[in-house]
Parts: sequence; C-alpha cells; structure tokens
Amino acid sequence: MSGSGVLVVVEQRGGDGGWNRMSFEALAAGQALAAELGVACSAALVGVADVIAPLAAELAGKKIKTVWAMDHPLLEQYTPDAWCVALEQLIAEVQPQYVVFPHTYQVRDFAPALATRLKQVLISDVTAIRHDAATGPVFVRQWMQGKLNANYRHSGDGVCLVSVQAGTFRADSVEAGTAELKSFSPTLDASQIRTVPGAPFREAAQMVDLTAAPVIVSVGRGIGEQDNLGIVEELAHALGAELAASRPICDNGWLPMERQVGSSGQTVAPKLYLAVGISGAIQHLVGMKGAKTILAINKDPDAPIFEIADIGVVGDLFEIVPALTKAIGEAKQQ
Amino acid sequence: MKILVAIKQVLERDAQVRVAADGRSIDEGDAAWTINEPDAYALEEALQLKEREGAGEVVVLCAGPERAASTIREALAKGADRAIHIVTEEEGPGSLAGRDTLGVAALLADAAKNESPDLILTGLQSDDLGAGQTGVVMAELLGVPHATLILQVERIGNGLRVKRELEGGWYQHVEMPLPALLTIQSGGNRLRYATLMGIKKAKSKETRALEAGVAAAAVAEIAKVYPPERVKRTEMLTGSAVQIAAQIVEKLTFEVKVL
Ligand SMILES: Cc1cc2nc3c(=O)[nH]c(=O)nc-3n(C[C@H](O)[C@H](O)[C@H](O)COP(=O)(O)OP(=O)(O)OC[C@H]3O[C@@H](n4cnc5c(N)ncnc54)[C@H](O)[C@@H]3O)c2cc1C
Ligand SMILES: Nc1ncnc2c1ncn2[C@@H]1O[C@H](COP(=O)(O)O)[C@@H](O)[C@H]1O
Repeated sequence: MSGSGVLVVVEQRGGDGGWNRMSFEALAAGQALAAELGVACSAALVGVADVIAPLAAELAGKKIKTVWAMDHPLLEQYTPDAWCVALEQLIAEVQPQYVVFPHTYQVRDFAPALATRLKQVLISDVTAIRHDAATGPVFVRQWMQGKLNANYRHSGDGVCLVSVQAGTFRADSVEAGTAELKSFSPTLDASQIRTVPGAPFREAAQMVDLTAAPVIVSVGRGIGEQDNLGIVEELAHALGAELAASRPICDNGWLPMERQVGSSGQTVAPKLYLAVGISGAIQHLVGMKGAKTILAINKDPDAPIFEIADIGVVGDLFEIVPALTKAIGEAKQQ
Repeated sequence: MKILVAIKQVLERDAQVRVAADGRSIDEGDAAWTINEPDAYALEEALQLKEREGAGEVVVLCAGPERAASTIREALAKGADRAIHIVTEEEGPGSLAGRDTLGVAALLADAAKNESPDLILTGLQSDDLGAGQTGVVMAELLGVPHATLILQVERIGNGLRVKRELEGGWYQHVEMPLPALLTIQSGGNRLRYATLMGIKKAKSKETRALEAGVAAAAVAEIAKVYPPERVKRTEMLTGSAVQIAAQIVEKLTFEVKVL
C-alpha cells in the first residue's frame, strides 16, 4: 500500500451545524481499524471555520493523531462538488491508506464520486470489519436487504474508502485521548461547484407526532393491499396505539408520509413497538430500535426484524392480527 | 428533453435466496425477476416529465444477461420509447457479478455518452447489492452534475430544480444546469401499470443490444457470500393464532404493562 493510517471524515448537520451523531460511530470504526493495523487514526472536518472550530475542539479530546479542520468559504453549505474537490486535496496531503465515512445521506451523495476520482470504489454501508492477517481487513456488507452477507476486500495499492452503516459501531466506544489540531485550506473556486443547494426544510405542519406515543402498531408491505389496512387499524385501536408504517406503505400513499418510521421519517422510542409484516431493513430499524419492547409478526423466520425483536411470531398476519385484536378486546372487558 | 433511465433487473422480493456454488454470488436457479423498485420510480418520473413537457424521449438503459429483456419489455410497455440492453454474460468475469460498481457504471456511462441525453435518472440503490453508488459514479465518469435521493424534478429555465430527501423528515431543493444525473428515491410519484395497449405497443419498440466490453479488474473484490449468523435473542411464540394471541395479551399485561 502506498499510504498509511486511517482518516475518518466526520460530518455536521446542515441546519444548525451540530454533530451528525453517526460521525462518532465512524470514528469508533476508524479507531478500531487503526488499532488492528497498528497505525494512526486521524479525522477530518469539512466546513467553514466558525462551524467546525467547536467540533474540532471536541475531537481534540479523542484518541486521534491529527484533527484536520478543512475550511473554506465555499464549504459553508454542502455540495458534492466542493466536498469532492476539498477531500481529494486532503487525501493527497495526508496520504491515508483507509478513509472511513459514516454512511449518511450526505456521504451517499459525494463519496462514490470522490472514489471515482481516485480510481477507487467506495465499499459502502459496511456492517462489520473483520481482520485477516494474511489478506488485510475484510469488510462485511449486506446483500438482498440483509438476507445475505458479503465479504469485500480492497485490491490494488490505492486508498481504500469505506462507509459504515448506522448502528453497527458504538459511538460510546470512541476512545479518549489528545489530538493535534491542524487546519487545511483547500484550493476551491466557485466555478467548480455546479449545483446550488437550498436550505433544509420540513413539510408544512407535521400533524402526527409519533415520538411521544407509548404504544405504536406499525405496518409494512406484508399487509399486501390498502384495503387490508383495516385489521391493523383495529389492532391499534384496541391497544390505544398510534399507527405507523414502513416506507413502502407511505410511498404507495396508503398512509400519509408523516406516519413513516425510519431514517427518512420519524425516530420513535415507545414502550411497545408492534411490527406487522415489516422485514426489518436497516433504514427502518434505525427509526425504532430504541423501543423498549419490540414485538414482530412476520411469516418469514429469517426476516432481519427478528434480530432485534424481543418477542417474535412467525406466522400469517391475517390470522394472528385479528386473533390478537379479539383477545385484547376480551382482556379489556374483564 | 431526452431522458435516459438506468433500470436494473433484480430478484423478486419474496424470492428464496441461496448462495451459488462458487460461494461468491447468488444462486439464480429458477428465480423470478423484476425491476429494481427505485428504478420503477425513476422511470415514472421520466415519463411524467415527458408528459408535462409534451415532447421528448425516454430511453431505458439496462446492463444484464438475456433474462433482463423481460424487465426492459415491461418498461417499454409502461411507456418508455426505446431501450438499450447492454448484454452481459450469465456468469464469470464478463457477467454483472464479475464487475464492481465502477465496472458496471463504466458500461452504463459508455452507452449513455453515445446518446447525449439531457438528463439521466437512476434508482438511488439496488435491492440486491445495495451499493447506492452506480448513478453517482456514472455522473462522475460523464462529467455531469448530480444529486441523490430525489423525490421531485422540475424544469426551470435551462436547468432543473429538484427536491432532495435529507435525514429525519427534512428536505432541500437543489438547482443545477443540464445535462445532469439524478438518483431517484421511492415515493415521489405513484407508479403506473402497463396498459394492454402499452403492452401491445411495446412489441414494435426498438431495443438495441450492445455487447458488454471486457471487465476491468475489480477494485472491490467479493471474497465470500453467506447467510448471516442470526443473533437471536427473540422469544418466539408458537401455537395456534388463538394461543399466540393469548400469550401476547399475557405479556402485554404483565411484562410490557401496556394493557
Ligand atoms: C435512503 C433510504 C431511506 C429509506 N428510508 C426508509 C424509512 O425511513 N423507513 C422505512 O421503513 N424504510 C426506508 N427505506 C426502505 C427500506 O430499505 C426498506 O425497503 C423498507 O423498510 C421495507 O419495508 P417493509 O419491511 O414494509 O417491506 P418488505 O421489505 O417488502 O417486507 C415485507 C415483509 O412482510 C412479510 N410478510 C409478507 N406477507 C406476510 C403475511 N401474510 N404475514 C406476515 N408477514 C408477511 C415478509 O416476510 C417481509 O418480511 C429507505 C431506503 C433507502 C435506500
Ligand atoms: N446493471 C444495471 N443496469 C442498469 N442500471 C443499473 C445497473 N446496476 C445499477 N444500476 C442503476 O444504478 C442504481 C444504483 O445501483 P447500486 O449502485 O447497485 O445500488 C440502480 O437503482 C439502477 O438505476
């Protein structure tokens, strides 16, 4: 390999400039990878000075060799072009062997293009990093939305870019220490930026706040048709629960978008989350895995939802759900 | 506006998936195939853009083995004007599985270059490999601006204004000149079905077959594919529906305490 060391590219939110918390998961992954390889781990922040300075100061208390604060007026708002140009220069300066990103929507937007510029391929959405003394690190990715795992290896001697999936490395395992702060000013010209980003916004008045609901019944594609929704509505009613859904239900317009749980929707943490006909794709799980008790009903015993469910029923929801609604009704009568 | 839509054929959602004998790919057996879900939304967006403008052309672009012809036909039946099928081998180094993201994107970008489209749409992610990258890599190879996770596309002046999904229920608008590439997120539109008329018309529409070039060595190599070890801490309830319901009520009353 030509480079050395691990460089973790962390991320702040576009709106208020606070952390995107997945940054710390990527940092944990980077620290672990560096420790395994016996090399140093550094971190990079991209933005304008007044936004990233406090974040850099926070990173200075972590076990990191160098915190690179990369600032430029044209990095005030995220654009894929500016991020690619800037990070390409930082990578040329730092010469890391591995670059680790959190698999955020922003990273999805620019990192594949950055990899292409470097004649590399981003190994995206990695769920584990295994170590193999003979061949170097093995990166585990999910295929078929979690039905299979695939081990990837990086070949050639160029820099290896990896993004890590939400929730697979623990943010609280980031090791403390001290880091040196360095600033880096990329050469960047307005003419290199081809897209004009607008400010983040939310859709007009969100009427449904699922975040406060103590009990949620959530329905997925297993329901089959819009006309079948009645049985889960009745269950929700019997339980005094809010009704929520996975993305395909909202995509189809069967329930409004504001009832969607997951990375693009709401993040909920009820006492009970009852998942009906939901497979458990990672983008759904990140929105509900904080629930105290998760009960899943799914006909597929291998559905990934059963990896996080506390209580599971393998069976046909069209049999189980009406029976459950009836039993709850009876229990309440007593 | 000439719009190119990259569509991928993937396994049907409910398909049983098994690892192939080589231990590094999926056993295709007698599986059923369909269009990658976000790609169906990309096609829908393209068709609606054309309909709104009242002019233009929608061309679907697909790299895959012979079997992909059925998915291409479906796209033509829904209203695409013509298709380009980059025919890859069934297996081995010349197959799709023998190429990494850069290899597949290069195939698609080469074909796109010859068409000089105003706009290229791809899905944001494939349901099988889930790389979420091919569109962005194509844009970089073609030297055109891009935006990802797009739900709405609007023509303004000589360019576009698009609605991009951010995390946690946030959005932003992005403007850009044409030509450009967008990766489309599901849910921006309602999908149409192919009509009988559409299916009939599709028979006379052109599908040009292109030979897939030789694959470059993969940078991201697949060492092994396997079913994940399930870390089950789930308490499984069994019995008849009525018995299961009774057990759940018991738990909800005494353990979860929501009844
Ligand atoms: C960038 C991005 C963002 C995303 N954001 C979100 C998000 O915010 N929220 C979200 O939910 N998804 C999101 N997704 C989509 C996500 O990847 C999955 O596609 C989606 O969550 C799948 O929904 P599902 O589980 O309802 O459907 P499927 O994956 O199709 O699962 C249906 C399940 O129902 C079961 N089933 C079928 N019939 C029955 C029956 N009769 N009885 C019992 N079980 C049955 C099946 O076994 C299967 O497990 C996002 C994806 C991307 C790429
Ligand atoms: N073989 C292919 N043929 C046509 N389009 C493809 C192919 N592979 C990927 N794509 C497009 O690229 C998108 C992202 O795929 P991926 O990078 O594999 O997640 C898909 O939604 C398709 O639009």
